[in-house]
Amino acid sequence: MPAVSVKNLRKVYQGGAEALRGVTLEVEEGDFFALLGPNGAGKTTLIGIVTSLINKTSGEVSVFDMDIDKNRSLAKTCIGLVPQEFNFNIFEKVEDIITTQAGYYGIPLVQAKKDAEPILKDLGLWEKKGETSQNLSGGMKRRLMIARALIHHPKLLILDEPTAGVDVEMRHSMWNFLRRINAEGTTIILTTHYLEEAEQLSRNVAIINKGTILVNEPTKQLLARYGEKNLEQIYLDLIKAENI
Amino acid sequence: MRKEFVRIMRIWSQTLLPPVITSSLYFIVFGGFIGSQLAPIDGYSYMQFIVPGLIMMSVITSAYTNTVSTFYFAKFVRNIEEILVSPTPDWVVVAGFVSGGVMRGLMVGALVLVVSLFFTHLAIFNIAVLLAVILLTAILFSLAGLINGVFAKGFDGISIVPTFVLTPLTYLGGIFYSIEQFPQFWQNVSLANPILYMVNAFRYGFLGITDISLWICFAVLLGMSLFFILVVLYLFREGIGVKH
Ligand SMILES: Nc1ncnc2c1ncn2[C@@H]1O[C@H](COP(=O)(O)OP(=O)(O)OP(=O)(O)O)[C@@H](O)[C@H]1O
Ligand SMILES: [Mg+2]
Repeated sequence: MPAVSVKNLRKVYQGGAEALRGVTLEVEEGDFFALLGPNGAGKTTLIGIVTSLINKTSGEVSVFDMDIDKNRSLAKTCIGLVPQEFNFNIFEKVEDIITTQAGYYGIPLVQAKKDAEPILKDLGLWEKKGETSQNLSGGMKRRLMIARALIHHPKLLILDEPTAGVDVEMRHSMWNFLRRINAEGTTIILTTHYLEEAEQLSRNVAIINKGTILVNEPTKQLLARYGEKNLEQIYLDLIKAENI
Repeated sequence: MRKEFVRIMRIWSQTLLPPVITSSLYFIVFGGFIGSQLAPIDGYSYMQFIVPGLIMMSVITSAYTNTVSTFYFAKFVRNIEEILVSPTPDWVVVAGFVSGGVMRGLMVGALVLVVSLFFTHLAIFNIAVLLAVILLTAILFSLAGLINGVFAKGFDGISIVPTFVLTPLTYLGGIFYSIEQFPQFWQNVSLANPILYMVNAFRYGFLGITDISLWICFAVLLGMSLFFILVVLYLFREGIGVKH
């Protein structure tokens, strides 16, 4: 069963910007999927539509075979989202941010507190649980967004540039964390501008440019096809060829 | 809802104190200085006559500004996304915001009532009417504030309606006078003002006097509340103002 299936998805924003021009894409259950593309390619728009933050113009989206138009709330329970931009309630403390989010998924407070502990510990935030999000560093905020996205144990975790502004050491520990939850069965979709990260982590990769998918295949296969080159060089070639 | 209560308590000095001070000034200026010069209305002193209206006015403004500012702020800092990605049904979200507005409205109303007791004595004529009217009014204006919050595009957008619509309507809503003191033409104009019905029904709860039949007052309140609920649910379903 595909974790996400997108068919012929189009998005035209109100100002007329055409962000997605007929995107068709499938992400298998259990996959570690990297969605790559330059600034303004349409990655966040695609993610926004899958997570019900943005209304689509046309096309079909389903999550674990549940159409997001017909079965929206069930589809939503399967997804955890780590958005590109911070969107915390700036007055709330770390632990409250997590338990409030749990509440939106119908998890009682006592349960949420219990569930939050291992997640916060895994992400190195346990000592900061009484801090307001304002007092966290940029990298800690990123990790807090991951913790928040995991509190309802989603089958699919979507991360929109989770490692932006995260230091090298922390990035590596984040990678390990993501590898681990992927091995435990969580499907992961990741966008990033660090091509090395995508190369290291992903099993499948798609490159999107100006709202169109250029490439969508297993990462190994793509790398093999181009012989010596690494993912970053392949990416640059593809985007350059497209922009001529 | 708990979250709202916590928020209110945290910033209570900002949210609760100003309306109370404003009302005290009204009591002193209108009720004390001017009122002593005026003939009693229906056998009640001017002070006693305006107290219900002043309570009503503070409830209306507090409930309205609470929901409009909370919702707009959640939209502005994108915190609303936490709710949007979750399977929380629209009606629960609406109930959460509205109960926040109602709570703040009633807390301010209660404080103004307490303050008014320093200036005059009040009997309660019909407590059921009193509570029903104040609750419905708080719900109605919380809903109205929510609608405003959905459409507000900037911080200006949250103060335009309160300043240019709400304040004039409350002032002309029969708080400071009985419409029977008006020429016929202005009486008819006043009848188009929904706040008039609320103030009169509320005053009935205290004094047992009203310019308008209670049934009509309740019909107006219930009808408008129902209409606003439908509008809000429609706006939320379509994601107007929050989803691009
Ligand atoms: N709310 C919006 N209103 C109008 N246009 C928008 C909106 N959000 C995005 N766009 C436009 O849609 C296009 C795709 O934007 P999107 O945010 O999906 O890109 P992205 O691939 O996530 O880029 P980045 O790597 O910079 O995050 C861009 O041209 C952008 O200007
Ligand atoms: Mg983006």
